[in-house]
Amino acid sequence: MEVKIPEVKQSWPNPINTVKIGATKEEGGTRTSTVTVGGETTLPFYHFEGAIPHPPVVAMEVWDIPGEEWPEAVKEPFAEVMHDPGEWARKCVEEYGAELICLRLKGCDPNGANKSPKEAAQAARRVLESVGVPLIIWGCGNDEKDNEVFPLVAEAVAGENCLLGTITEDNYKTLTALCTAYKHKLIAESPVDINIAKQVNILALDAGFRLEDIVIFPSTGALGYGLEYIYSIMERTRIAGLKGDKVMAMPILCDIGIEVWGVKEAKAEVPEWGDPKKRGPLWEATTAYVYLLAGADILIMRHPEAVRATKAVIRQLMGERGGEGR
Amino acid sequence: MILIGERINASFRDIKRAILEKDKRPVQEWARKQAAAGADYIDVNIGAVSKKPEDMAWLVETVQEAVPTPISVDSTTVEVIKGGLKALDGRPVLINSTTADDRKLEQLLPLAVEYNASLIGVAMDERGSPQDVARRVENGAKIFAAAIEAGLTPERIFLDPILMPLKFMQNQAKNVLETIQQYTMLSDPPPHISVGLSNICSKAAERGLITRTFLVMAMAFGLDAAVCNVLDEDLLNAIATAELILNKEIYSDSYLQAFRMKAALKDNQGRRQ
Repeated sequence: MEVKIPEVKQSWPNPINTVKIGATKEEGGTRTSTVTVGGETTLPFYHFEGAIPHPPVVAMEVWDIPGEEWPEAVKEPFAEVMHDPGEWARKCVEEYGAELICLRLKGCDPNGANKSPKEAAQAARRVLESVGVPLIIWGCGNDEKDNEVFPLVAEAVAGENCLLGTITEDNYKTLTALCTAYKHKLIAESPVDINIAKQVNILALDAGFRLEDIVIFPSTGALGYGLEYIYSIMERTRIAGLKGDKVMAMPILCDIGIEVWGVKEAKAEVPEWGDPKKRGPLWEATTAYVYLLAGADILIMRHPEAVRATKAVIRQLMGERGGEGR
Repeated sequence: MILIGERINASFRDIKRAILEKDKRPVQEWARKQAAAGADYIDVNIGAVSKKPEDMAWLVETVQEAVPTPISVDSTTVEVIKGGLKALDGRPVLINSTTADDRKLEQLLPLAVEYNASLIGVAMDERGSPQDVARRVENGAKIFAAAIEAGLTPERIFLDPILMPLKFMQNQAKNVLETIQQYTMLSDPPPHISVGLSNICSKAAERGLITRTFLVMAMAFGLDAAVCNVLDEDLLNAIATAELILNKEIYSDSYLQAFRMKAALKDNQGRRQ
């Protein structure tokens, strides 16, 4: 008997924005490689239906201070380089194949090391000089301090077309203005809330920023910690963007490492749960995998094994359509 | 919601004068204002002022010079529509309109195919305007079937159930709502459903309120297009809100602003292309 399979392909009217991060010498920067994300005309990995011109990418996380609080399993690979963000970044790129470096300015936290804006800018320069890949630079999360730090940092990396973050509904003016002035890309953050995700983008647009230069950060939760809420928000965001909502048609970023390595399932020393040196990376890779299926374009990760497994999965999911040979 | 800007119509005195004197200025001014407000189509109608296809061609050319927005060529006369279509520069176009009259369908469907146009089909036939739901549905279905037969996809077909003045034919508005719902069941995806919105408030007091109340009710029944005054701020705010309530747009606190930005982005995009 002949079985007729119904036509299920859908044609979406609006592609997701394409965002390029990094600038080579010819483009006014010093990067030896750049990263381009977005441009999808269909849902994640629906190769039968539309185009996914740029595979998702993995950025590895580096701090401006040693990651003392990192669990042992994920600190170990970097133990010898954590004293220097430049060395740390180089190891991520040269040994573990990081496609971008995410420099988190954790040391600027006023409740922690309280490093100065100048020190933050130096750390950023140090990473830039140590690696050729593009940079994501993430504030310490204290609005007031970030607004003091970013003016110097954004200037210190001018011309490099970095991805800076984050702006939120309550704190967007300073960083948006800096990204406009120094031509960086912008991460728009929302607290697991699609309505606020849209609102932040509108605020940035209203402040004169180009929607095409925004990456959405819808918040990230580790496997077992509300991941499914974010999954459905990412799905709705992507569908809205593909349907034509220009304010939602952005690439999406997920901050995997920091979330996963904060949960007990990844880090706790519980013998009956198995070896934490294996369990942690597995938890991180599994979390990353789920977000890839939800539509993530940029993943920020920590453990080299999790990064390796995730990159392998991306190649598989991209099939022969551009995933090979990265 | 697909917004078809109604203002370039010879029943307005300034447009009538502009057509007679071939004065481009008021036409282009209204084209620009409506495009900036977010019109998806600029309707052009020479009305009773002229029967000459070349006057419609002039109107189309004049609008095309001013804005990149698609055009709705509006006339009850086939020759006049043809005049407008010939003047097009290749941009998307809406033919406004055919009826269920066989003669009309035979003439206009080939034109829609030839110009790759979308087509409004008004649920009227040689007997005139229907007074009940059944004939509205019958005529709409007839137009829809003929258009599909001719090769148009549902996305290119707009059915108009004929809106009548509330003040004079109060029972008809409810018939129109019921008809809209029936039209949504013609196919999957359904055709677009459009009305000449300003008819509802003709000669009435509280025109704005009647217009937007009807519109949001009709949207709930499945209306997704209207020939209307796109410069009516209150009307656009009501549409933006109705789109949220129908879960067609994602809510944000600045949703009214988002709706306006969508219009601005649309306008800019058109200019870039």
